[in-house]
Amino acid sequence: MSVAISVRNVTKSYEEGSTGTLALAGVDMTVSHGEIVLLMGPSGSGKTTLLSIMGCILRPTSGEVILEEMNVTGLDEKQLPSVRLKHIGFVFQGFNLFPTLTAGENVELTLQLKGMRSKQAKEEARRLLGLVNLEEKYNSFPADISGGQKQRVAIARAVAGAPEVVLADEPTAALDLQSGKTVVEMMARLAHEQNRAVVIVTHDNRLIDYADRIVRIEDGRVA
Amino acid sequence: MPPLARRNLFHDKVRLAVTLTGIAFSVVLMVVESGLFQGFSTSTSSVIDHSGADLWIAAKNTVYIDQAATFNERKYYQVLATPGVAQAEKYIVRWTVWKEPNGRNESVQIVGINPDVPLGLPWNLVAGDAQQLKEPNAVIIDEIYKQKLSANGIGDHFEIRDYRAKVVGFTNGIRAFTTAPYVFTTFKNAQDFTGIAEDQTNFVLVKAAPGVSISALRTELQARLPENDVRTTAEFSGMTRHYWMFTTGAGVAVLMAAALGLIVGIAVVAQTIYATTMDHIREYGTLKAMGAPNSYVFGVIMTQAAIAAVMGYAIGMVVSIFVVRGGSMGGAAIVLNWQTVVLMFFLTLAMCLCAAVVSVRKLMTLDPAMVFKG
Repeated sequence: MSVAISVRNVTKSYEEGSTGTLALAGVDMTVSHGEIVLLMGPSGSGKTTLLSIMGCILRPTSGEVILEEMNVTGLDEKQLPSVRLKHIGFVFQGFNLFPTLTAGENVELTLQLKGMRSKQAKEEARRLLGLVNLEEKYNSFPADISGGQKQRVAIARAVAGAPEVVLADEPTAALDLQSGKTVVEMMARLAHEQNRAVVIVTHDNRLIDYADRIVRIEDGRVA
Repeated sequence: MPPLARRNLFHDKVRLAVTLTGIAFSVVLMVVESGLFQGFSTSTSSVIDHSGADLWIAAKNTVYIDQAATFNERKYYQVLATPGVAQAEKYIVRWTVWKEPNGRNESVQIVGINPDVPLGLPWNLVAGDAQQLKEPNAVIIDEIYKQKLSANGIGDHFEIRDYRAKVVGFTNGIRAFTTAPYVFTTFKNAQDFTGIAEDQTNFVLVKAAPGVSISALRTELQARLPENDVRTTAEFSGMTRHYWMFTTGAGVAVLMAAALGLIVGIAVVAQTIYATTMDHIREYGTLKAMGAPNSYVFGVIMTQAAIAAVMGYAIGMVVSIFVVRGGSMGGAAIVLNWQTVVLMFFLTLAMCLCAAVVSVRKLMTLDPAMVFKG
């Protein structure tokens, strides 16, 4: 399997008044295409910070981020959004769907931001919702579907435009047991069948069975 | 693109109603106040603008029509003798007192003219004729002021400065900026009505001969009449408007109210669009995290502002038309012309887009990492 994303000796410190907080203290990690990796660890250990750096949302204080063989560490704030748009999909704990858009339009929006034409985006959005078994919810607004269904729409949105990397932050935290299981099964299938690199930050031990690998973070270091 | 801007704007109907009410109120305020300004401004100089004259000769340092000193009518003959003058006529504008049969007094402005010369004649006549001013003690007033002057119809008699006056005609829409209505009469009657001596006049109106340069004629007349001011009609009209609108504070007050409308509009729209933006802040953070360019986020906010502007403008303009019509029936001079309609549209659009800048600034600096917090 080829490497999709890797971080090398990454540190991240936050300035807080006259003192600083070291969130990551030299992390090395690699995720390959077709691999699903769980990032686990106690609260405040640096999991979400690492996910944000891998997602090109935060820039590391030092170290390197290599995404699809491209060193993105030195890219500035104007260049990073286009990298995220092209290469990375996100799934959030709170779903973060646009409540005024239908499920289909939520997916369409991502596709059109990536440059797809309207008609083609509609067809593709319908296909992607079909992948998460929600084609019939195309015209439903997020308020009218369940939490599990919302997260499945979020997955369809995350994979819209075929990004190589999908990053998920506690995707099952707001879901019941069955819905959480369905969501993670879909993400695992996504990784294995569509050859995506999937990284999931979670506290949920029930997801361990679906992971190819587990990376534990403690005090800003890989344990 | 899916219509995110429109959906976000229409999502909260109550907030949208508040936004549109604020914009419409602002539009009405701006239209009415600017219309009042134009109406006032037009009425201050209406007798100048409708005089048909090219040049106005007045006493030295006369800055507006309503308070001109008199000068000897000998100058009138000097004007007539000047090459390039096609017509010239003596003209009086002066305040005096109109006495009603019941003893009540009203201030009026006498306009003294020569009915045989087409300079300074009353216009928009709806009853009677300027030639009827040749009848003894004849006057023409505007029907807007019928009630104010207790004039029921043609033939009614009044007293002006102890001289008898008879109404022989009515005009329509000749408003006075002050509370004193215009009363048209002959030059001779005007002298009696205002107490101006027989050899004196307020103004001499001049019509240039065809092909004669008005500028050159003015220079020539000014050289021949160094103790008088010679103004073009446009210049004297502008001076009169400026005097009433800016040195008395009347125009400034109206303009201030119009500006207030603009400020109220900006404040209301800024507040409501900002509140809408903050309601959807997590969504905008998600958009930025996903990699949406700032230009897209900017477009969403500006589209919301533009939609609100168009809707608020439409509502405001409909209300304004009713207010203007109501104002006209009530005696207020509110001008609403197509230039104002177009100007207000762009002003409203600019107002709403400016108001959206606060929200745009907030989103441009929004940290997409916020999507991972809580």
